[in-house]
Amino acid sequence: MTRIRVLAGTRKGAFVLTSDGSRAKWEVSGPHFGGWEIYHLKGSPADPDRIYASQNTGWFGQLIQRSDDGGATWQAVGNEFSYATDPGTHLWYDGTPRPWEFKRVWHLEPSLTDPDVAYAGIEDAALFKTSDGGATWTELTGLRTHSSAPGWQPGAGGLCLHTIILDPVHAGRMFTAISAAGTFRSDDDGATWFPVNRGLHSAGTLPEDEPEVGFCVHHVEMHPSRPDTLFMQKHWDVMRSDDAGETWREISGDLPTDFGFPIGVHAHEPDTIYVVPITSDSLHFPPDGRLRVYRSRSGGNEWEPLTRGLPQENCYVNVYRDAMAVDSLEECGVYFGTTGGQVYASADAGDTWEAIVRDLPAVLSVEVQTLS
Amino acid sequence: MTTGRSVRPAGDKSPPGPEVTVRVILPAHLKNLARVDGEVTLHLGGERDAITRQAVLDALESAYPVLRGTIRDHGSGQRRAFIRFYACEQDLSNEAPDVPLPAAVIAGTEPFLIVGAMAGG
Repeated sequence: MTRIRVLAGTRKGAFVLTSDGSRAKWEVSGPHFGGWEIYHLKGSPADPDRIYASQNTGWFGQLIQRSDDGGATWQAVGNEFSYATDPGTHLWYDGTPRPWEFKRVWHLEPSLTDPDVAYAGIEDAALFKTSDGGATWTELTGLRTHSSAPGWQPGAGGLCLHTIILDPVHAGRMFTAISAAGTFRSDDDGATWFPVNRGLHSAGTLPEDEPEVGFCVHHVEMHPSRPDTLFMQKHWDVMRSDDAGETWREISGDLPTDFGFPIGVHAHEPDTIYVVPITSDSLHFPPDGRLRVYRSRSGGNEWEPLTRGLPQENCYVNVYRDAMAVDSLEECGVYFGTTGGQVYASADAGDTWEAIVRDLPAVLSVEVQTLS
Repeated sequence: MTTGRSVRPAGDKSPPGPEVTVRVILPAHLKNLARVDGEVTLHLGGERDAITRQAVLDALESAYPVLRGTIRDHGSGQRRAFIRFYACEQDLSNEAPDVPLPAAVIAGTEPFLIVGAMAGG
C-alpha cells in the first residue's frame, strides 16, 4: 500500500508525519532530538528507510543522525567536518578577509543509487561527502578552492551551501547553490566546479550588474525528467535555465512580488512550478497578510494564486528555502512548512490546502517520501 | 543513577597507578545524546596530577564517542563558546586544559560539571 512520509526539520527538533495514499489523516511522531535545530533531514532514494538528519545547536555544535528504519530510531554518526586544505579566507560582511570556519550543515543530499553515500552542504560554504553511511565525511575541495571563493560573501543567513542537486541523467553532473555566491556546476562528480550564473542580475546589491559570482540564490530545483532545466528562486527574481545553468532568464512574470525562498516542481509536469511570494527582503512575510502559493503551469511568467485552505488574513509567517517538497502520487501532493509551525499539504497539486500539523516550532525544512 | 566507565587518560603509557574516580555531570542535551541518566563516573588510571580537564574530557569522549565535538572543537580541542566547566564552586572554564583538577574532584567527593551557558531564548 502506498504511504507518504513527511520529514519536517524545525527550530526545536524533527517530526515525522505519515499517512496512507489518501493523505487525509496524518500521524505525527516527534520531536526527535527535541531542543535541537534540525536544519534538514532527507531519505535515501535507494533505501527510503535510510534517513540522514542534520542536528545542531549553538551550545553543542553539529551532529549527524541516521535512521535505518524510517525515522523510528536514530543513531549519531560522524560529525567531523574538517576542511581538507588550508581554508584560506572569504569576505566578511564588512568586506574584510575572514578565515573559513565550519558552523553547521544546512543540507543533506543522499545519493540517488547508494544509501551509504550522501553529500552535505555546510556553512561556511563547502561540500562534503560520505561513502560509509555518515561515519566519516570528506570535503570535495574543488568547490571551496574555486578561484572566485576568496571573494564570496555571506548572505544574512551566513555563507551557506544550501542546495545540492544530483543529475539523474548526465553521469557526474551536480549543482550546488551558495548564499551569496551563486550557483555552481560540476561535470565530474564534484571534483571541479564552475559558476553558472550568466543572466542573473544583481542591480542594487552589487556594483556590477552581471558579475561571475555574488548572487544570493535562495533555492534551485530540477525535474528529474528534464535535467537541463533548472528553476531558481533568487533573493529577488524567479529564474529559469534550459541549458544546465549556462544561461538564465527571468520568469517572475505577473507574480505580486518575486522575492521568496522556496521553489518547487510538480512531480509529473516539469513545467508546473510553485513559489511562495514574500513581501520583500526587509518584510519576510506574505503580502497583505495573505498566505498564497503561486503556481505556473507554463514554466513561469504566468502565475495563479492558490489560496483555498490557506490563511487569507493576518498571516505573517515565512517559508524557508528547503521547506517545500512534492510527493509522486498520481495526483501530485505539494507540501510546505512555515515559521509559524504549520505544515500545509495539498493532495491536488495545489488547488486546495490543509494544515496537516499546526503549532510545531518554526519549520526549517520539509522533505517528502512516497513509499510503496 | 550513575553510569561508570573505566578509561585511562589518552596517551598514558605509564604503569597503572591507583584508579581515580571522577564524577561528571553533563547538561541535559548531552545526557540524552550519551543515553545516560544522572552522573557519569569515569575511572581513570594514572597519577593524580594527570587528572586534568583534558584527561577527563578524553576519557569521557572515549567512553561516549557521540560526545566528540559537542564539548570542544574536533580539530583545535578548544572549548565550545557556550560550554562552561565548574567544580567546587569555581569556574574552571578558562583554566589551561592540562591543569590538575581540584583535589575534591580527584577524590570523587565533588563532581566536575559541564554546563551549557545561559544564552539565547
